Amino acid sequence: MIEIENLCKSFTLHTQGGAVLPVLAGASLRVGPGECVALTGASGAGKSTLMRMIWGNYRAQTGRLVVDGLDLVRATPREIIALRRERMGYVSQFLRVVPRVPTRRVVADPLLATGAPEDEAFARAEALLTRLNIPERLWSLSPTTFSGGEQQRVNIARGFAHPFPVLLLDEPTASLDPVNRAVVLELISEAKARGAAILGIFHDEAARATVADREIDVTGFTPARAA
Amino acid sequence: MSEGYSFAYLDAATKRMIRRALLKALAVPGYQVPFASREMPMPYGWGTGGVQVTAACLIPEDVLKVIDQGADDTTNAVSIRRFFERTAGVATTTRTTEASVIQTRHRIPEAALTERQILVYQVPIPEPLRFLEPREAETRRMHALADYGLMHVKLYEDIARHGAIATSYAYPVLVEGRYVMDPSPIPKFDNPKLSGCPAIQLFGAGREARIHALPPYTRVVSLDFEDHPFVPSKADAACDLCGAEASYLDEVITDDAGGRMFCCSDTDFCAGRCAAGHAGRLSEGRA
Amino acid sequence: MRNGAQGRIWTKKKPEAEAGPLLQVEGLGKHWGARIGCAEVDFDLYPGEVLGIVGESGSGKSTLLGCLAGHLSADAGRIHYRGHDLRAMGEPERRHLARTEWAFVHQNPRDGLRMGVTAGANVGERLMAVGARHYGAIRAQARDWLGRVEIDPGRIDDRPRAFSGGMQQRLQIARNLVTGPRLVLMDEPTGGLDVSVQARLLDLLRELVREMGLSVIIVTHDLAVARLLADRLMVMKDGRVIEAGLTDQVLDDPQAAYTQLLVSSVLQV
Repeated sequence: MIEIENLCKSFTLHTQGGAVLPVLAGASLRVGPGECVALTGASGAGKSTLMRMIWGNYRAQTGRLVVDGLDLVRATPREIIALRRERMGYVSQFLRVVPRVPTRRVVADPLLATGAPEDEAFARAEALLTRLNIPERLWSLSPTTFSGGEQQRVNIARGFAHPFPVLLLDEPTASLDPVNRAVVLELISEAKARGAAILGIFHDEAARATVADREIDVTGFTPARAA
Repeated sequence: MSEGYSFAYLDAATKRMIRRALLKALAVPGYQVPFASREMPMPYGWGTGGVQVTAACLIPEDVLKVIDQGADDTTNAVSIRRFFERTAGVATTTRTTEASVIQTRHRIPEAALTERQILVYQVPIPEPLRFLEPREAETRRMHALADYGLMHVKLYEDIARHGAIATSYAYPVLVEGRYVMDPSPIPKFDNPKLSGCPAIQLFGAGREARIHALPPYTRVVSLDFEDHPFVPSKADAACDLCGAEASYLDEVITDDAGGRMFCCSDTDFCAGRCAAGHAGRLSEGRA
Repeated sequence: MRNGAQGRIWTKKKPEAEAGPLLQVEGLGKHWGARIGCAEVDFDLYPGEVLGIVGESGSGKSTLLGCLAGHLSADAGRIHYRGHDLRAMGEPERRHLARTEWAFVHQNPRDGLRMGVTAGANVGERLMAVGARHYGAIRAQARDWLGRVEIDPGRIDDRPRAFSGGMQQRLQIARNLVTGPRLVLMDEPTGGLDVSVQARLLDLLRELVREMGLSVIIVTHDLAVARLLADRLMVMKDGRVIEAGLTDQVLDDPQAAYTQLLVSSVLQV
């Protein structure tokens, strides 16, 4: 589902005299359906860069990057938008706050965007919010005012609302209490069971051990720094 | 230049220019045709547009009637009638049925007009969109494109503010489904008479230098809403002199104690009815 | 008012699932004498898509929007709307299009509203322009739309002068959307508003865009507005598009030197 071969990435900083900053070289990996792969490596090694390239907000330059059949090196913005709407989900620990929109709606949004009927989308949203222990009295409020932990759980509910065939997870269990952490790991396992291809960054080793089938150390993709 | 051509005050070139404008206006009903309005020996606002159109139409055989708000005997009507008696020497009359050309300010006579007649309106502001859209270039474009949503905005505002369409004179009309036209400040009571009229109707605006026209039997529809249809209204009374119930009435205050009377605004119509023996509330003593 | 200019081809309201682009622009250019207003602009806009055009003042983004809206006449290139060549289209058709399928939201609500007539008439004007002749129905729709843009429908008979800047902008949006357009052009719609009023307006716009399946072209110099609303971005400089792509890609990984400068000059987007 995710196929990466010999992918390279560098930033050209025009504002700093055109300095070229290589961040990734020769990255290769493959994630199949029903598989969960964890990226490891020291901070700054390029885990997030790789995730962003797959998500599409960092432009892939050379090499091959194919997600569910779409070649992201050549894809048009429209194709990437469709990919994100239908086939690829992204769960980070930070909720991009949408002011004034009620929580129930925030969670149901990805489903509604695919054209799912409202009652179905809201039923799914409510089920997820219940599992993640967001009290019902908060559902009609905007998550803007929630605590950090609550916002994170709302965001996870949102990420799992639509059964994406490809899921990118950016530290989904960070700073969660044990009960909710267990729920998230359950959700990940369920996604695997239905055949989703999952690529994640987990700092929490126990969590990684629970859900990841393989680990890939991105240190191997770090370009040799010119001295 | 033959003498016949420059008959009736205007020089030959002016007459030709105005007649061309009239023909164009008749060919495009409701469309405002610009013309080179001349100075007339009377102030703007006293019917200079109507006088130029009348002068351009008159031939020696014509019988002219001039009315102001329906009356033959008010200053404006009298002076314009005298003007044409002196400059064209045409016969004049106060009888609607006898006239071949009728110049009018703000009324259509009660008596039905015929195919042998021309009705000339004095028009102060020919542009129905003027108070909604001040830019002349834009109003002309709106006419050209029949972009008339704004006209209904005005009627909408009337209803929103007064509960009914409060416009009672100069009520906008749609001519042959194409141009929106200001019928000059006639009461909306007269609007139905504009449509299907056998006489030629010509509208002259001197200060604004525009002529528009309705050829005989033109379809003219007053603008309205389905749920607030156009109603041609008049004072809910009968004429106190001739007893007429269906004619447009003027209200006249008769004393300082609130006394008032209603009488036909069309003096010829009223006099004709009185002569035929009809009587109203106040006419018993006069007979 | 029935006449030849109206009711020709654009009678359907709701965008159905259409495969092709709504708007196709090729090589569009406009010169102001020897100076370039905009040049060689190419893009396609699909139904339901929001395209942001960013750049600093004088970069040509407003000229481009003006050419698209027909307020300015382009001197090169093609603009196709649902298969119709806009530059070859007559003024009557274009006007009809402009008040049925298209909408234009001005930066200053005073440019887009009739300040002298009531809120209800402002919303109802487009309906009346396309032939609505039932006062009660027009009023019901106006009330409904005031509610949708979060203006108390009880203020239907107030004039826009009595409204705050944010309300005026929302009224302008209601006035534009009442005929269910497909394409909305916006010129700095959150321009002169306070930050909190801006946020409210942006949320409202987002909701309407999705609910109505609108295609939007939004010109803004505010990258945060672009991030929140646009699916795609075009960055303009000196009349030309120097970078285009997915919104978060352009903002997170800008390629052109100018875009990098633009993004790095903003505090946090």
